[in-house]
Amino acid sequence: MSSGTGTLLPRSLIVPALLGLAFLVVPLIALIARVQWNTFWDDITSTEAVQALGLSLGTALAATGFCVLLGVPLALLIARSSPRIAAVLRALVTVPLVLPPMVGGVALLFLFGRRGWVGGLLAEAGVALPFTTTAVVMAQTFVALPFLVLAVEGSLRATGADLEQVAAGLGAGRWMILRRVTLPLAAPGLIAGVVLSFARAIGEFGATALFAGNAPGTTQTMPLAIYTAFNGAGITQGTAVALSLLLLVTALAVLLLVRGWRGEAPRRGVPG
Amino acid sequence: MTAALSARMRVVRSSAFELDLDLELAPGERVAVMGPSGAGKSTLVAALAGFVRLDAGRIQLDGEVVADASVRGTTVRRGIHVAPMDRGVVLLGQDARLFPHLSARENVAFGPRARGHSRTDARRAADEWLDRVGLAGFGDRMPAQLSGGQQQRVAVARALAVEPRLVLLDEPLTSLDIQTAAEIRMLLADQLRSTAVVITHDPVDALAIADRLVVIERGMVAQHGSVREVLLHPATPFAQALSDHVRIAGRIGDAD
Repeated sequence: MSSGTGTLLPRSLIVPALLGLAFLVVPLIALIARVQWNTFWDDITSTEAVQALGLSLGTALAATGFCVLLGVPLALLIARSSPRIAAVLRALVTVPLVLPPMVGGVALLFLFGRRGWVGGLLAEAGVALPFTTTAVVMAQTFVALPFLVLAVEGSLRATGADLEQVAAGLGAGRWMILRRVTLPLAAPGLIAGVVLSFARAIGEFGATALFAGNAPGTTQTMPLAIYTAFNGAGITQGTAVALSLLLLVTALAVLLLVRGWRGEAPRRGVPG
Repeated sequence: MTAALSARMRVVRSSAFELDLDLELAPGERVAVMGPSGAGKSTLVAALAGFVRLDAGRIQLDGEVVADASVRGTTVRRGIHVAPMDRGVVLLGQDARLFPHLSARENVAFGPRARGHSRTDARRAADEWLDRVGLAGFGDRMPAQLSGGQQQRVAVARALAVEPRLVLLDEPLTSLDIQTAAEIRMLLADQLRSTAVVITHDPVDALAIADRLVVIERGMVAQHGSVREVLLHPATPFAQALSDHVRIAGRIGDAD
């Protein structure tokens, strides 16, 4: 990394670069150093921990699935709109990204709560969303969707509509163009988007806490379990540390899995 | 005999420019269209391919109306406009524009697949076409592993494999080096059996590939006739420049 083009840049940049790296890595080392290994196994195999991990993985995967189902069409809409409309749509998608997740949770509560616009109708039908596992998935989808949309949209815009026109000229229908040209070419963005939105979903705390609550087994995901353990009266912080490590390892495993898959996918530039 | 292409096109692009020309091609006929920059060549291609709507006029392919701006009623407010994928018009441009994620074989098989052929049949047809364009055995290569000339050969095979009603060649040799361009020019002269409109800036292309030459300027036909006739008796300064160009190259005499 230090050879090649890097040598033409100011050498002093190495100082903030290494500081930045240290700032990201050292806290995690500090976390691992605090692990109480004598109770570690019991901590991560406790009912709460296993439930929280299972719930986190399940809800985050479901949320990522919804992000793909809703986000890819939305990304397509933005990427193929006129520049002005695309700018407006992109701004709307970015809002939840800059919003504190807590505010998102409150907003979801106001819409889907018992007295909300949609929640009121659902309540009449006997359905209550807040403080259910469904609410966890909704909160995660709300905060993760922008990541997927922006990643996929960037990739779609880079590819452009040229090859879609070529495909149409060869007689391909709209679905065939989408399936065999547009989506395969957007694959790098889609994979990046899936990774980002999954990571965002599995780490989600604020919106979940407000909209879904903190009930072990139904809405207490890993981040909420960690928070509870850390603040819990009478419980050692060791549990929180052990759970944090478990979440860290899980996230890394997912990341490596997707990276490995991405390595196999053909990634070639568009000629011309 | 019905014309393969019968087009009367008027497309208003801005207050400063409009395309207004007629084009009639017999089945299998290859017509070169030449003109200075901004003469309306790109608009012509887009109108025939179906990427822009006509403001007036109509386009018929093999007797079928694919665009008609005069038909307006309660159901067809903006006239008839058959979508690009349903026209049977295939475009071969300056860049090969191969699908980068598909092998050469799958690129050529794409059109036959789109027309409902089975995977096996489409691949067989693709291999035959790759053979015809001189790329036998290259089917498994990805576009990035092919040279510019090879990519353009694949693009030719891909375009012709769909047995189009009309081929639009839009400066297909411009981005190639002289030697490769000459090879592809030969290939087109040899393999192009479909009715074709050839947009070019090089009169050598017109001589080699086309039967007739239409010179367009400011969106209108400035001169038309057999390629030889137009080059021997240029009627406008632009046509004169074309003529001078080939005279220097000494190719008019070789044309027959």
